[in-house]
Amino acid sequence: MEKTIRGRLEYLKTEALKDFKDKGSEAYGAIYVGTATCGRSAGSMEVFHAFEEALKNLDIKARTFHVGCHGHCYAEPMAVVSKPGWPPILYGYLTPNRAQSLIKRFFNEEDPALEWALGAMKDNDMIPTVYETPRWAMEQRFLLENCGAIDPENINHYIARGGYGGLAYTLEREASKVIDEIKSSGLRGLGGAGFDTWRKWDICRGNSESPKYVICNADEGDPGAFMDRTILESDPHAVIEGMIIAGVTIGAESGYVYVRKEYPLAVSIMRRAVCQARESGLLGENILGSRINFEIVINQGAGAFVCGEETALIASIEGKRGMPAPRPPYPAKRGLWGRPTLINNVKTLALIPKILIQGAENFASLGTDRCKGTAVFAMAGKIQDAGLVEVPFGTTLRGVIFDLGGGVPPVIKASNIPGEKPITTKKKFKAVQIGGPSGGCLPEAFLDTPICFDTIFDTGAIMGSGGMVILDEDNCAVETARYFLEFTQKESCGKCTFCRIGTKHMLDILTKITKGAGTMDDLDMLQELAETIRQGSLCNLGKTAPNPVMTTLEYFKDEYEAHIVEQRCPSLECKDLIAYYIVPEKCQRACDACVGSCPTEAIYTRRDRLKAIDQEKCVKCTNCMEACPPQYDAVIKVSPLSELPESKADEK
Amino acid sequence: MDTVSLTINGKQIVTEKWKKILWAALDNGIFIPHLCAIEQRPLPFAACRLCFVEIEGRDEPVTSCTEEVSDGMVVYTRTESVLRLVRMGFEMIMSRHPVICKDCPANKNCALQEIAQQMGFKLKPKRLLQILPELPVDDSHPLFTYNPNLCVLCGQCIYVCNEVLKKEVLDFNFRGFMTRVGTFQDRPLADYGCDSCLKCVEVCPVGALSIK
Repeated sequence: MEKTIRGRLEYLKTEALKDFKDKGSEAYGAIYVGTATCGRSAGSMEVFHAFEEALKNLDIKARTFHVGCHGHCYAEPMAVVSKPGWPPILYGYLTPNRAQSLIKRFFNEEDPALEWALGAMKDNDMIPTVYETPRWAMEQRFLLENCGAIDPENINHYIARGGYGGLAYTLEREASKVIDEIKSSGLRGLGGAGFDTWRKWDICRGNSESPKYVICNADEGDPGAFMDRTILESDPHAVIEGMIIAGVTIGAESGYVYVRKEYPLAVSIMRRAVCQARESGLLGENILGSRINFEIVINQGAGAFVCGEETALIASIEGKRGMPAPRPPYPAKRGLWGRPTLINNVKTLALIPKILIQGAENFASLGTDRCKGTAVFAMAGKIQDAGLVEVPFGTTLRGVIFDLGGGVPPVIKASNIPGEKPITTKKKFKAVQIGGPSGGCLPEAFLDTPICFDTIFDTGAIMGSGGMVILDEDNCAVETARYFLEFTQKESCGKCTFCRIGTKHMLDILTKITKGAGTMDDLDMLQELAETIRQGSLCNLGKTAPNPVMTTLEYFKDEYEAHIVEQRCPSLECKDLIAYYIVPEKCQRACDACVGSCPTEAIYTRRDRLKAIDQEKCVKCTNCMEACPPQYDAVIKVSPLSELPESKADEK
Repeated sequence: MDTVSLTINGKQIVTEKWKKILWAALDNGIFIPHLCAIEQRPLPFAACRLCFVEIEGRDEPVTSCTEEVSDGMVVYTRTESVLRLVRMGFEMIMSRHPVICKDCPANKNCALQEIAQQMGFKLKPKRLLQILPELPVDDSHPLFTYNPNLCVLCGQCIYVCNEVLKKEVLDFNFRGFMTRVGTFQDRPLADYGCDSCLKCVEVCPVGALSIK
């Protein structure tokens, strides 16, 4: 047995590499299927089984692996097929049938089925690589490096790629050296606030009380955000290693991962990873033969958004109702069980080992003066290529949304005439909601803002944890604000007056406006409520709750006014202000598509055989609009209701 | 005893070190509205958000129940920005609290009435619509009544029941606007092992908990 810390890790690494080689991955090839939660919901488990079945039937010895998420949600299920003599090739949009035929064609007939391939993962002379497409070319993967590349349930994959090197680095050095290294990397907490990570660590380390605790905040609750989940499911050991490094550095012997219950796969993967780390001597007593101990407990949250707030999270671990407490005292001074506690987000902790291994300078060379490194965004909503992107700080929002995300997707409607091409309608970008329900809605004018904690904050939005929801011309600004406020009001812990009652009043006013019953005085009241809630609330959930309203009021005031003055929803989204209408000039007599689609039998045939809608019966479900063949396009939405042409009764 | 000297509304005050501004002011006859504060409580609850004051040199008003006094501190309790917050906070509380003083067990002994009188506020909210949840009254206990409609969620009853007496009968239930004080699973008080110490009734600043 090796005597030094480094020697013990090298031994583990040799064993890890051997495990990979001995089982024939290099000689016979391997197939890596992305089976994180997002992949599974797209059907990747079925694809995985199809691969296994095909390999068995054809007697091919290639191995199959579950890997995490590549971050390209739009192309799920995805798999990388690596065959000796070929570069590894990434395939997207797989189905079980395609998987079976891919194995047959590639392994038996030497045909890599390039029509399903997104590109090669390595430079070669045969196949264009994925790095030639803008999404891959502009992304800079530092934090997500291992996501989709390693099997999260096999510690050997992580160790073979240099994993736990950051831990060995830490064990070999003084704690102050580790903090210095983090300081020179310029890393700021990626949970949303952007507090200097080294400063937090230094405060905790300087606190002489003991015991101390490390907490990993994995209570990701923003609608449309899934970065933390992906990291937990794809690269769990990076988080564990980050936590151990934090524990060793500040002098804590136990840590908690507070992960929400709605992430069952992340919970089970983390549990397994903790067990494997313990078995390898990387966690528990005498880590890597040193005299240092550290233990990790996985703690499941009960699904409360507010528990992402650090003081509420601590209360929840202590078994109390998750309610925030006033700060100071900050957790670094008085946290879990009244002891000094270091709380960091999943992303921050997962970055630590990578920074220590690759060097602070490497990390600091990315990004801007004030924000070093990379930012990870979860893009959702009206975006062509939804998924995770990692870009250096300083990239513009336009770059992320249009160059990497492909912009706003057109609406494609299949024609009902055989052989006709589908008809596509282009949609215009309207706004991007950054930072989830605590963030703001930014219109096109802000697209050239370089991404950084401070620049985003100046616009009225917040960086938050990195959720990005893209809205197009069909999304109403008032309705968007109402949606997010409904979320915060529901998730308010109910402790303080401003958040509990104030956001309820804001929600009621917004609901009233979306129903066309608002007044101009309501806008002043909204502004007054928003400003007092921002100042008066106890925690950041309350303080930031008015952000979606404040930003939409500032940037989309004309829409609010249209709802109030004209009872018109310019985006034709607010149901109470729109009506569906069949344009007689466009309606095709012989077609009955809309009639069959209506769930309430609101559509009738007039005497002249044209169709019309009985507004009394209509529930505004949009079915008829979708059913109407695109070459007629006869069903339209009308707002305000007064614009609705009268339908003549005798035509019935 | 260590003392510090500070000014509140121009009045020179000498008080103990570590004291919070709220208690220093109240000890010296300066009224600051408050519902949830308990001086003995080791960590302030800071939920009612009514005790805002302005400290010279700070950008925004702060809650006086969480801020410690310090030497030379200059505090104002009725500046424009303080009143804006307190007025709105009080109006919010009153928008969920039926103004039925004549029929209320706490009439003339009510923290809300006192705040309105001292601050010159109206009890009925002017700018906000009243949203009254109309929850069922718990009349199951032989000695006292709990009317959640009158409750202002100050948490004082929960603090004495859980933290001081360790009886753990009461806690907050539900979320958002529907948050209310209740027993585990919101069962009637009589079914829940309450031993009738009546301490919760004693601390209730309004008429939510009252003797029969």
